[in-house]
Order: sequence, then structure tokens, then C-alpha cells
Amino acid sequence: MPERELTFGAAIREALAEEMRRDPRVFIVGEDVAEAGTPFKVFSGLVEEFGTKRVVDSPISEAGISGVGVGAAMTGMRPVVDIMFGDFLTLAMDQIVNQAAKVHYMSGGKWKVPIVYRTTLGATRRSAAQHSQSLHAWVSHVPGLQVAIPSTPYDAKGLLKTAIRNENPVVFFEDKMMYKLKGPVPEDEYTIPFGVADVKRLGIDLTLVATSSMVQVALGAAEKLAGIGIQAEVIDPRTTAPLDKQTLIDSVKKTSRAIVIDEGYERYGVTAEIAAVIADGAFYYLDTPVKRMGALDVPIPFSPALEDLTVPTEETVFQMAKTICGRS
Amino acid sequence: MNENSELLTESMNATNVEHWLHCYEQMVKIRKFDEKVNELYMKALMPGLAHLYIGQEAVAVGVCEALRKDDYITSTHRGHGHCLAKGASINRMFAELLGKEAGYCRGKGGSMHIADPESGNLGANAIVGGSAGIATGAAFSARLRDSDQVAVCFFGEGALGQGLLYEVMNMASLWKLPVIYVCENNLYNEYTHVSETMAGTVIARAEAMGIQAISLDGQDVQLVYSTMQELVEHARRGEGPAFLECKTYRYYGHHVGDINREYYRSKEEEKEWKEKRDPLKLLAEKLIAQNLTDQSVLDRIETDVQSEIESGVQFALEAAYPDPSEVTEDVYA
Repeated sequence: MPERELTFGAAIREALAEEMRRDPRVFIVGEDVAEAGTPFKVFSGLVEEFGTKRVVDSPISEAGISGVGVGAAMTGMRPVVDIMFGDFLTLAMDQIVNQAAKVHYMSGGKWKVPIVYRTTLGATRRSAAQHSQSLHAWVSHVPGLQVAIPSTPYDAKGLLKTAIRNENPVVFFEDKMMYKLKGPVPEDEYTIPFGVADVKRLGIDLTLVATSSMVQVALGAAEKLAGIGIQAEVIDPRTTAPLDKQTLIDSVKKTSRAIVIDEGYERYGVTAEIAAVIADGAFYYLDTPVKRMGALDVPIPFSPALEDLTVPTEETVFQMAKTICGRS
Repeated sequence: MNENSELLTESMNATNVEHWLHCYEQMVKIRKFDEKVNELYMKALMPGLAHLYIGQEAVAVGVCEALRKDDYITSTHRGHGHCLAKGASINRMFAELLGKEAGYCRGKGGSMHIADPESGNLGANAIVGGSAGIATGAAFSARLRDSDQVAVCFFGEGALGQGLLYEVMNMASLWKLPVIYVCENNLYNEYTHVSETMAGTVIARAEAMGIQAISLDGQDVQLVYSTMQELVEHARRGEGPAFLECKTYRYYGHHVGDINREYYRSKEEEKEWKEKRDPLKLLAEKLIAQNLTDQSVLDRIETDVQSEIESGVQFALEAAYPDPSEVTEDVYA
């Protein structure tokens, strides 16, 4: 029997529906999550199955729903709070960073905050500077939070189920350009642990560490590189916190070259952290400095002629890989 | 609504005198606890700072006496009174303030973060207004779980400047959540008089969202308690949130180190409140005037509480600091 395929969006929806059936404590709150099913239609059908008591349309109050989620999580529920665009995390930062992330430690381990903040990242949707950012580095910086950034429908479903069962606050980033991406998702129950990277393609000549939206870009570049005889290994950390350092280091020890590709801003970003991890763990194996490719350090512009210049592409990754392999 | 609130005041009589003596004891406990905290600070025995609750005791006690043990509260940076009134132990409070492992948060929270699941204390919060979402979420959770618990959100009038409060009050009203917002208006946002920071009136803010709102004398524990009883029962029955402004006063500075205060308030003003509107004196005078007790009973309460305080401090001073290995524990559950 051929393996079942689902879109990224349908995989998210299936994970939520399964967890809501399994655990009556799970509920969704957010803007336009019920009948509208979110602007990306990721939740279509959920309110019909679970009712408005568990799929709750909220006012446009990101800080409010983020805080209400913390209180509900502390007192026996498992909220999934929907922050429509990752850019809107800025409105909720006190509640996520000073409240959700701190409660467990600050209370000496007595209160827990099992909450999931679902949100999006990614540019090239022609949405300009306030709807296109990838701000996962911000929350990855904060002890007490865990951060998942899936790159395939399979990973999205397995990681979201783990996030919902997690005892900690999790920020879960979905690339909004990826909702239509199709991939194999088995019918059988599965979850994916946090902190376990996935090797998306085996190779020996260089390592492409890529996250979320950039995994497909890296895989495309790897295909082109194969055409000129360069075998690239593609590794997806899948969660930035916790980060599976060992798998990254082991790969680079084998290949001696690495490019880290992520759609967040390059400066002080995820690429910086991962490059430092590789430099520290595989320094004596490196033939060349670790390269970083992130979003250009500018507010995301509207015009397609400009926006497309701000994110790494198959072509720019291909060129960078050729360069560090001495094939320019 | 002041006049209406007077009508709610529960009478004092021989059958409930024990309750009022208990309220008196709780207020004395808070006052003596924080007097000792001030002493520890002055003697450099306590790390960091603390924000004293002295002067506001009738609010914490009047509110918490109207709650069940399994009801929730969220507290503030000026939170010792709330925690004690909701049932925290003096020993573990002092231990936390001194950064000891026996403290409520194993020494990781300190004065501004006392939390205790056993007494329904979701935690004191050092972000002004920061707990409004948590309290509202606890009320949301109670409704989802079909529980009749209620949640109380304590905050000072300074929190009226924070947007979060308005976001969650709107949700609480829309969804008829069992949460009561208790605004302790002690007139000062840190070192700035409320008249410089707030336009309009306090309760109009809640009324604009269709929330029942009452403003009352927060120095009268009888009035606070009776009014809260009504509001709590209302919320428990599923009839929605309420907002209570308690007009009160903090006798000390914004924090223990805020000694010279003349640049923002006069000594005459402080004297006026301490002499004429002290919550402990007001309750004591009523009880004695109605022949429900005599001074010797009240003196005995004070002596007993003082010895509890002394032994609590001793316990905390002798308690062990957390082991260094604790520093990385409980980041994640």
C-alpha cells in the first residue's frame, strides 16, 4: 500500500485533533480559530468536532490570550494558544518570557506551565515587514522555553503532539509558505522527541544545517550539488531548544565543512548559535570556517524584486557550497 | 457604589466575634511580619529589597477571608500580605526572603515571587499588572473544568497603566469568568502620585466593559470582607467577574530603602492615615466599643503573633542555603 501523503497544514490539524480526542484538557484559543479555522485554514473542521468551548475565538489581544493560557496551564489545562503571525509575538513577550518561561523555576519547581504557543515564520508571501519575520531566535534565547521548528508534514505532526504532551511552555513555529507542502505521514500514532536532529540527506563533502523553511532550500541545493559531484549532508535540528548538538558535530567531523541556513535574521541569530556549536565541537576537523546564511539584516521589504533578495535560496546556497568546497 | 456597599457590611456580634478576632490576628501577623522584614533589611540580614504591605492589611485579609482554600489568588511585588492572608506559613515565608532552601520557592523566587499551590497562591509577580492574565486564565480553567473555584487578581493602582489588564478584563466579561480584580489604590505608583498617572476614575474602566465595579474604604476589613463575600458568591454562581477598588495607603516607602519621601508625599499625610485610618485600630475600636472583646484579648493576640514571628525568623536564619547544584534544577519540568 502506498504511504499516505498529507499537506503540512493537514498534518498540524490532525495532530491537534488527535491530541484533543486523547486529552480533554487540551483546548485552542486564538483569533479566528473557530469557524474561520485561522486565515490559513489550518483548523478547518476542529470547531465542528470539539465545539466552541474547546476551540475559542478570542479578541485581538495577543498578550491577553498568552497570559490567560499561562493561568489555565498552571491550573490543570493544556492550552494551545494561536499567535497568528510570528511578528505578533512581540505583543505577547512579557507573558511568554517573564511569565510562562519563569513560573516553574521561580516557584522552586512547584507550578508547571504545559502550554503551546503556535505561530508562524517565513518571508516571500509579499506581506512586508510586519508579517514576514522569523523570530524563533528571540524565544530560543530564553531558558524555560522550548522551541520547535518543523520542516516537513511528518515532523510537524510528530513534534506538535510532543509539544502538547510536554510539561513545559513550547513555542511552535510553522512556515506559512509550507502549509501546502505534501509529504508522507503514516496513519499510525507516532510522536517525535524534542532535541533529536534528523538527517534529511546523507553526504560526505559538506554539511548543510537547515531549519524549517530552509530545509527544502537546502535539499534543493544538495540535489544541484550532486549534479557537480558534491555530496552534501542535510541536517535539520527540528528543535532549537533543546538543540541536538552532537548530531551536528558528528556530521561536521565527517564532512569538515558546514553552512548553517535559517530564515531568521543573521545577526545574533540561530545561525550564529549553531555555527558556534560546530566551531567549538569540531574545530580541529574543519577545513574552512563555518558559513552562515540567514535573512538579510533589513526589515522585510514588500516588493518581490526586493523581498526575494532577503532570504537564502537554492541558488545562493549552491553557490556558497561550491565556494567552500573550492569549486568556484 | 460606596453607599450600597455599606449595606453589605456584615454585622459584628457575639456569634461571629471569633471570626473578627481571627481577622485581627491575620492583620497583626502581616504587620509584624513586614516590620520584621524591615528590621532584617536595616540590619543587612536580608539579600535584596522588599516592598512592605503595612497599612494595607485590611485588603488582603478582607479579601482572602472570603475565599476558600482551593480558590486562586495572584499577588504582586508588594505581596507578603496576600500570601499570609491566603494561608502561607511564616517560617517558609521568612526562609524564602532569606534565600533558603526551606523557602516556598527553594530560595529561587524571593520576596517578589512567593508561590504556593497548597494555598492556591499562583504566585506573586514582579511585573506590574503581569499576573492579570494568569488570574483570568485560572478562572477560565475553572470554568472549563466545571469547577466552582474563583480567582482573585490583586494589583496596585499602578497596574491601571498596563494594557494587559484591559485585554483580560474584556475577555473575563465576555466569557463571564469567575475572577475578581482587586485594585489596591494606595495612591502612589512607586514615587508618583496617582493623579499624575491616571485619567478618569478607577472603576469606570471596569464598568466600560460591563463588569460590576465597587469602590470602597480598604481600611475597613469588615466592609472589604462583606463586599467580597457577595462578589465571590456571584462569581461562583457563574454570573461573571467583578472589580473592587480598595482605597488604602502604604505606610512605608515604595520599598524598604525608600526612606526620605518628602519629595513625593508629606509627613502630615502619612500621620493622618496612621492615626485616623489604621485598619488594625479601626477594627480593635469597633470590637471594644461593642463590648465584643477587651484590650487584654487583643494584647494577647499581638504577643502570640510576635513570638510566632520571632521563631519564624530564627528558623529562617538557621535554615540552609540551597545546594549549588540547585542552580540548574527546575528550569524545565
